[in-house]
Amino acid sequence: MDALQITNFLASSVRMAAPLLLASLGLVISERAGLINIGVEGIMLMSAFAAYAGSKIAGGYWYGLMVAMLVSIVIISIFAITTIKYKAQQVIIGAALNMFCAGLSSFLYRLLFYNTGRFDDGIAAASFPRVAIPGLSQIPILGPTLFNHNVLVYFSYIMVIVLWVVMNKTSVGLKIIAAGEHPKAADSLGINVLKVRYLATIFSGIMMGMAGAYLSIAQASSFGEDMTAGRGFIAMAVVILGKWSPIGSMLGALFFGAATALQLLFQITGIEIPRNIIMMIPYIATVVAVLAVSQNKVGAPRALGVPYEKS
Amino acid sequence: MIDRGGIVLNVIELNNICKAFGDNHANQNVCFNLKKGEIHALLGENGAGKSTLMNVLYGLYSCDSGDIVINGDVVEVENPRKAIEHGVGMVHQHFMLVPQLTVTQNIFLGMKEAGLFLKMNELEAKVNHLNESFGFNVDPHAVIWQLPVGVQQKVEILKALMREARILILDEPTAVLTPNEVEELFKSIQKLTESGYSIILITHKMEEVLDYCDRVTVMREGKVVSTMLVSETNHDILAKAMVGRDVCLDRIIEPQDRGEVLLKLENITVKNDKCLVAVNNVSLDVGRGEILGIAGVDGNGQLELGEAVVGLRKIENGKMFLMGQDTTNAVPRVMMDLGMAHIPDDRHKKGLVLDFTVKENLILGSQRDAKYHQGLMMNYNKVEQEAKKMVEEFDVRPRDIELTGGMLSGGNQQKVILAREVSRNPEVMIALQPTRGLDIGAIEFVRGKLIEERKNNKAILLVSTDLDEILTLSDRIAIMYKGEIIGMVSPDTPVEEIGLLMGGVKKRTSKGVA
Repeated sequence: MDALQITNFLASSVRMAAPLLLASLGLVISERAGLINIGVEGIMLMSAFAAYAGSKIAGGYWYGLMVAMLVSIVIISIFAITTIKYKAQQVIIGAALNMFCAGLSSFLYRLLFYNTGRFDDGIAAASFPRVAIPGLSQIPILGPTLFNHNVLVYFSYIMVIVLWVVMNKTSVGLKIIAAGEHPKAADSLGINVLKVRYLATIFSGIMMGMAGAYLSIAQASSFGEDMTAGRGFIAMAVVILGKWSPIGSMLGALFFGAATALQLLFQITGIEIPRNIIMMIPYIATVVAVLAVSQNKVGAPRALGVPYEKS
Repeated sequence: MIDRGGIVLNVIELNNICKAFGDNHANQNVCFNLKKGEIHALLGENGAGKSTLMNVLYGLYSCDSGDIVINGDVVEVENPRKAIEHGVGMVHQHFMLVPQLTVTQNIFLGMKEAGLFLKMNELEAKVNHLNESFGFNVDPHAVIWQLPVGVQQKVEILKALMREARILILDEPTAVLTPNEVEELFKSIQKLTESGYSIILITHKMEEVLDYCDRVTVMREGKVVSTMLVSETNHDILAKAMVGRDVCLDRIIEPQDRGEVLLKLENITVKNDKCLVAVNNVSLDVGRGEILGIAGVDGNGQLELGEAVVGLRKIENGKMFLMGQDTTNAVPRVMMDLGMAHIPDDRHKKGLVLDFTVKENLILGSQRDAKYHQGLMMNYNKVEQEAKKMVEEFDVRPRDIELTGGMLSGGNQQKVILAREVSRNPEVMIALQPTRGLDIGAIEFVRGKLIEERKNNKAILLVSTDLDEILTLSDRIAIMYKGEIIGMVSPDTPVEEIGLLMGGVKKRTSKGVA
């Protein structure tokens, strides 16, 4: 491996980590508030489609991003209302959303794009370009690794810092933690637990929307059915690996980003391993990493997945 | 009530409070008042309506009728926030603390004064200021889950004080405390009353009322029985007012001969959860018709011993024989089939499945029994029939076998466990802390059942940190200290001598009474 390959590997690790990071930051907030949302996979998929459709039809990637976030908010509102207000089983609603979104995204994709003439000018939609940061991007190895990406990548790392501050330095963070650890205590102190949970969930929806948009109009410029390919679930693993902290999630996301980049590297360098085995790398890494972390019992918010009912 | 000088005498007056949950009239025309600077006990058995009344005052429940007067004004208390605004703070029996947060974070959680960005240094200084004012000694940086419960409770009190509560409701504050912590708590409370704070203490322990309170209001079955000055009452009056009849917790067991040995431990060694030796080379035997009491200060290996005997903890070394068979490290089912019953020390975690109904809890462990089956299916008619008999015989209230275990009061939960274990008709009974946290009526009931089992020639191993209980029930007393049996004495041994043994002082070679 030469220096170029190493640089490429590092840069693509960061790039591959970004969608996982966006989604897992959202999940960190909603899980710490007490909601477990396995529907993240479906919501990302639907957002990926919405971003593509927005970008392709309206003709701009910012439109795509907006549409993706709106769609994501709408879908996650279904999750929020059913689980927070009507206290439905979170895992079941999440699973239902996954199936719903998988079907809906394929259906709408075919409906809006097949035989409609929209592919006449090619399949590609406008997508987020790379923005090299002047000066910094010239640093050898480090520059291309960190400072030559699209804005969503930069945004995801800024959000790590923002959320770290929110969770550790503000009263909002305390409220979120209290809602997920001991909602009754929060309630007894006049905190509106349900409101905190709604807002946390909506926020996570916005992040998932960006994560989905990243897949279709930043990492690629097209949509493919089931293009998330389990990244939503990996984002959930990232949250566990990162022990429900923004910085931990960043490290976790980078780990999986690296696993994915490694898979690409193997494919490019043409090492004699069957492609299917190579493609398993990120998923195997998920299982191993989560197993390793689960050995010590630090972790999940105590009221995770438990609806709050006022007595 | 304002006197001529304009000084408010009663900081709180509750007039004719009524509150019903369905058919259950938890509070019926309850009147209560609290004077400034007093410690006023609200005494009653579990389910007497004390907590309901205080939850009404604190805004957790709304009352059906009646009014609340705080500092002379009739007020509506719709929610806890309102109560706090009126200067009422409550320390709940189950702490309302977020275990992952620090002391300071917990205290300021939800307080507007904390602002959006937390200036931890300033906030910690405020906590320290309160600390100094009232002689609390709480580290503001400490994370809650690492603190002992006694300190956690102080955090709860600090939380109320920080919100400028002048009236504190303490709900069963001593339930989880060690005797030293209890003393410390009351010292702090007394300091508070000297500074003009008023305290309501919800409790079912008469000793606390007599030792520390100024006045006491006794409740029973949703009504106030009477309000008295503590200086004008005594143990017997309170017990009678609480239970509604004379209560006898005196030693009433009659001497009887000890039969064959049913349970025998030979030099057993057991480790605790931290993998340290908790029980060191202990040998014991329990015979038919006797109660062997194991006394000791909490944490000297008694519970580990009990758990090892029932098969929930590994015996590292030594042998155990049940009904003459070697049952060293046998699984609980084998022990049960041989005739062992087990009253665990933790009703919630080991005694009951809280989400199961009473009838299901009553047959736990007997579910394999052929009589509860029809082919492969459970015969629920039979289960219900038996369960109804059991709740009747063991006076489980309410008599509803469809309620979930978690909805019963502590005393009734313990009755369900007793009913289950006794109805299996065991030969050997292991009772671990059987009356901890129970009110006096339930204690009397549980102890009565143990005595009855003794009379029926069962062998009973009783582990309790309550020395009175050991003295009242045991034929012989083994005293455990640091995992060893440091003495074996008869129940007429002077308490002082047993106390010394419990503290590890071996005064003289104790005489065996076997």
